[in-house]
Amino acid sequence: MMPAVRGDGMRGLAVFISDIRNCKSKEAEIKRINKELANIRSKFKGDKTLDGYQKKKYVCKLLFIFLLGHDIDFGHMEAVNLLSSNKYTEKQIGYLFISVLVDSTSDLMKLIIQSIKNDLSSRNPVHVNLALQCIANIGSKEMADSFGNEIPKLLVSGDTMDTVKQSAALCLLRLFRTQPDVIPSGEWTSRIIHLLNDQHMGVVTAACSLIDALVKRNPDEYKGCISLAVSRLSRIVTASYTDLQDYTYYFVPAPWLSVKLLRLLQNYPPPDDPGVKGRLNECLETILNKAQEPPKSKKVQHSNAKNSVLFEAISLIIHSDSEPNLLVRACNQLGSFLSHRETNLRYLALESMCLLATSELSHEAVKKHQETVINALKTERDVSVRQRAVDLLYAMCDKTNAEEIVQEMLHYLETADYSIREEMVLKVAILAEKYAADYTWYVDVILNLIRIAGDYVSEEVWYRVIQIVVNREDVQGYAAKTVFEALQAPACHENMVKVGGYILGEFGNLIAGDARSTPIIQFRLLHSKFHLCSPMTRALLLSTYVKFINLFSEIKGDIQEVLKADTNIRSADAELQQRASEYLNLSRMVSQDVLATVLEEMPPFPERESSILAKLKKNPWRQGDTEHKESKMPPAIMNHTNDIKGGVAADDILDFKASAPIPDRQGDQNILHDVFSSISNGPQAAHLPSTSHVDNLNKFVCKNNGVLFENDIIQIGIKAEFRQNLGRLGIFYGNKTTMPLQGFSTQISCSGSLALKLMVQAKPVDPVIEAGAQIQQLVNVESIDDFKEHPGLVVTFMYSAVQQRLDLKLPVTLNKFFEPTEMNSESFFSRWKILSTPSQESQHIFKATKPMDPEATANKLTGFGMQLLPNIDPNPDNFVCAGIIHSRNQQVGCLLRLEPNKQAQMYRLTIRASKDTVAGSLLELLYPEF
Amino acid sequence: MMHFMLLFSRQGKIRLQKWYVAVLDKVKKKIMRELTTIILTRQSKMCSFIEWKDLKIVYKRYASLHFCCAIDPDENELMYLEVIHRYVELLDRYFESVCELDIIFNFEKAYFILDELIMGGEIQETSKIGIIRSIEAQDELQQAETPQGFFEDYGLG
Repeated sequence: MMPAVRGDGMRGLAVFISDIRNCKSKEAEIKRINKELANIRSKFKGDKTLDGYQKKKYVCKLLFIFLLGHDIDFGHMEAVNLLSSNKYTEKQIGYLFISVLVDSTSDLMKLIIQSIKNDLSSRNPVHVNLALQCIANIGSKEMADSFGNEIPKLLVSGDTMDTVKQSAALCLLRLFRTQPDVIPSGEWTSRIIHLLNDQHMGVVTAACSLIDALVKRNPDEYKGCISLAVSRLSRIVTASYTDLQDYTYYFVPAPWLSVKLLRLLQNYPPPDDPGVKGRLNECLETILNKAQEPPKSKKVQHSNAKNSVLFEAISLIIHSDSEPNLLVRACNQLGSFLSHRETNLRYLALESMCLLATSELSHEAVKKHQETVINALKTERDVSVRQRAVDLLYAMCDKTNAEEIVQEMLHYLETADYSIREEMVLKVAILAEKYAADYTWYVDVILNLIRIAGDYVSEEVWYRVIQIVVNREDVQGYAAKTVFEALQAPACHENMVKVGGYILGEFGNLIAGDARSTPIIQFRLLHSKFHLCSPMTRALLLSTYVKFINLFSEIKGDIQEVLKADTNIRSADAELQQRASEYLNLSRMVSQDVLATVLEEMPPFPERESSILAKLKKNPWRQGDTEHKESKMPPAIMNHTNDIKGGVAADDILDFKASAPIPDRQGDQNILHDVFSSISNGPQAAHLPSTSHVDNLNKFVCKNNGVLFENDIIQIGIKAEFRQNLGRLGIFYGNKTTMPLQGFSTQISCSGSLALKLMVQAKPVDPVIEAGAQIQQLVNVESIDDFKEHPGLVVTFMYSAVQQRLDLKLPVTLNKFFEPTEMNSESFFSRWKILSTPSQESQHIFKATKPMDPEATANKLTGFGMQLLPNIDPNPDNFVCAGIIHSRNQQVGCLLRLEPNKQAQMYRLTIRASKDTVAGSLLELLYPEF
Repeated sequence: MMHFMLLFSRQGKIRLQKWYVAVLDKVKKKIMRELTTIILTRQSKMCSFIEWKDLKIVYKRYASLHFCCAIDPDENELMYLEVIHRYVELLDRYFESVCELDIIFNFEKAYFILDELIMGGEIQETSKIGIIRSIEAQDELQQAETPQGFFEDYGLG
């Protein structure tokens, strides 16, 4: 049966659709479709010219076939022809086909753009709207270039029809998202803002979305919108539901616009003007009051619309974080939703309350609902609601309730959905660490985590417990005792063996006096797990064993037996084999004193932000922490919020490894060095977040070519050459995937004072990188004055529907503009003496982080750009260099002396330069290389 | 902002898809497969919002059809739930008690109505009267422009 086709549609199309639906099998359907495709193809190819109606019908059939999931490889030209028809419905089908089937790289784009141009200047508003819709649908850079000038005019012109204004506002918003400079500034700003005053509510709604996006980019320029938005909101909120006629939705006046206005205001701090501020607060109070009123309708649409405004108002109250009275009212309102029968409301209340919990003004009020939230964790049937409850518990946790909340979360973890276990483990670990009044409690919690959800305990978590135990003497004995007990369990998780192995290796001596945990018992207990463990854990255990040799010389023989065992010393695993043989030799060759030095207790780790927190932060919006709130705000006004966390930024952790403590040791021998580094492997790595990309910026200090960045999607390589004060970089972007990277664009910029010191000009890049292909971008740089920062490189593109953004830095550093300079000993020393004021010299004494190889050092200095001057320094082990740094404004002479001390594994690096600050900048760049 | 909207049947057949961001066809298919499976396996009392990748999915079932849209995670979920409802109301008004077949046979109309409601992923017009009026104006144009003939009426054209 065929339903009536509305509005005298195309009968032929309906018959075809009906045929398809009557097909009894997939094969029959394909047969019918192929028949139709052949028919349409012959019509399109036929000599007889088709009239517009027929073209429209066939194009529509093709569209239907495509939407069924079949490929369409013809008909595009006919669709484009329809665009130039005078008949609206033919145009409309043409545009629909294009919006569904034509992508922005099509060869037909020039023709399409021409048709759009014609329609855009048409006097018929429905034609203009079709054109605007098409521009917004394609939304490419080419569209922005072609129509960026026209659309703003349409938007603010007095002659434009309201419906066209609405489309123009949203079309412009779409183009702005593709190409931000499409919006002219200056005089346009105020005209765009004043659309908020427009008589037509539809225009205001559309404009509000546009203004919201513009404000996010440039809050200052658009701050005039605040008072307009507040008065508009005020008029809506105080309107009776009959005032706004068709913009009232189920007795709620203009809910969509209210939400948009409330969102717009969340881009700013509370209004400065007391009048505006008062009015806004009145609006918010009215919205909260209305929530208390009896519903005007039983329909869910009524309550949804009302509550969508209410939740947005609460978001604004939380964002402003300045009115204690409103915050408490918001909290009470949300509290009542926590036990509402609508699942949606419970979900949203939990979500909103998470933000409230981060405000100091309402944190206590939120805590009153702890029991209800814990109950939600136990009784909600929907995992996404339970997830929200976990987030809220995490957010409302503080010193006073930490033990209870952690206990409840641990309890829930036993039955929690697999999808959220790992995150829960992280949260429990963070809370336990953050609020531990007593670190024995912390140790218990983490061991419980491993016991309950061992598979979900990531490296970060167990590295962290080790760090904390190593750093806190008061808990070491307890930790040793507790892990020892935990290891008694017949089937304990491998992560427990790792933690147990590490802790007993360091602190097993603290419980060795107890007859139940003598050295040999500890050793046998650990070794009973050995054969069940992965090679990595076995390697860790071998390190524990060699530490036991030091702690408990009486069991040396037993341990040597294990090391000697074929499964270890002849293990197929190279790491195990190496450790077994090195440890065995170590235990045989050296005296007890040397052994004690080599295998002494780990020194404390430097205190810094927990790497677990860094891991959690990577999850962008599911965490119930303050970041959530901040992320909504544009950077310009970020300072407004209180910095509650204070900690070290996550990216800071990346560079930690280089500065990880290398414990002081005397009598270092190669073999010993090896022993130590392998033992300390675990906790050091804890500081590395588990990122899956490589960022090699620092590798470019002494070389010009290489891979700058690489992850699973993209590889970015650099080839650079420099001469005098000029440089030229080739940046190679390689697509590693099997799909094209769309919307590819790069932005190279010098921020702040760097803009005055370095000129950077980049050639444009193609917007698409085909699968497996590589494109090149040329960049010219000129040094104007000496500089410290790197130019920024922002790469954005779409990969599998997700916008990707990489924030990188270009390896352009001051030393790239070095010209090596030859000179003899005499002139070197005379210049050295001339550059003798303290500001001209910079010196640093530091430990070697890489093997001290003279040849490698010489290569690095040459790569750094200076001339190596042999036979100048009386000490042949020292290195002396000279060079001139070129910039447009001046030339700076630089001299360098590097003195290695092999015994101490130290260097002293001295740089003198004819311009203040240059020596310091160079020093900062160079010393991490050694 | 809305990233896309999907309509699909209880059997998981897509009845309408509208994308407001550039996505490759291959990826579209994968997303549709994934979401229809997720939504069709959810029970009726569960909440209408799902966190999915870095988006939020808002969905609701009307008779045999599921309506679902993907929005930015910080968007107002209830507002988009009512956007879906408004769309359903418009379809219902236009087709005089809409059913799945109406949308199959008049898919282009379903698109045109959606285009009036949403553009570039943002709400363009919320007034039901306003939207119905412009769709009806389109129909009048269509009627005036369509040649009426025997062959066409019987699908022989």
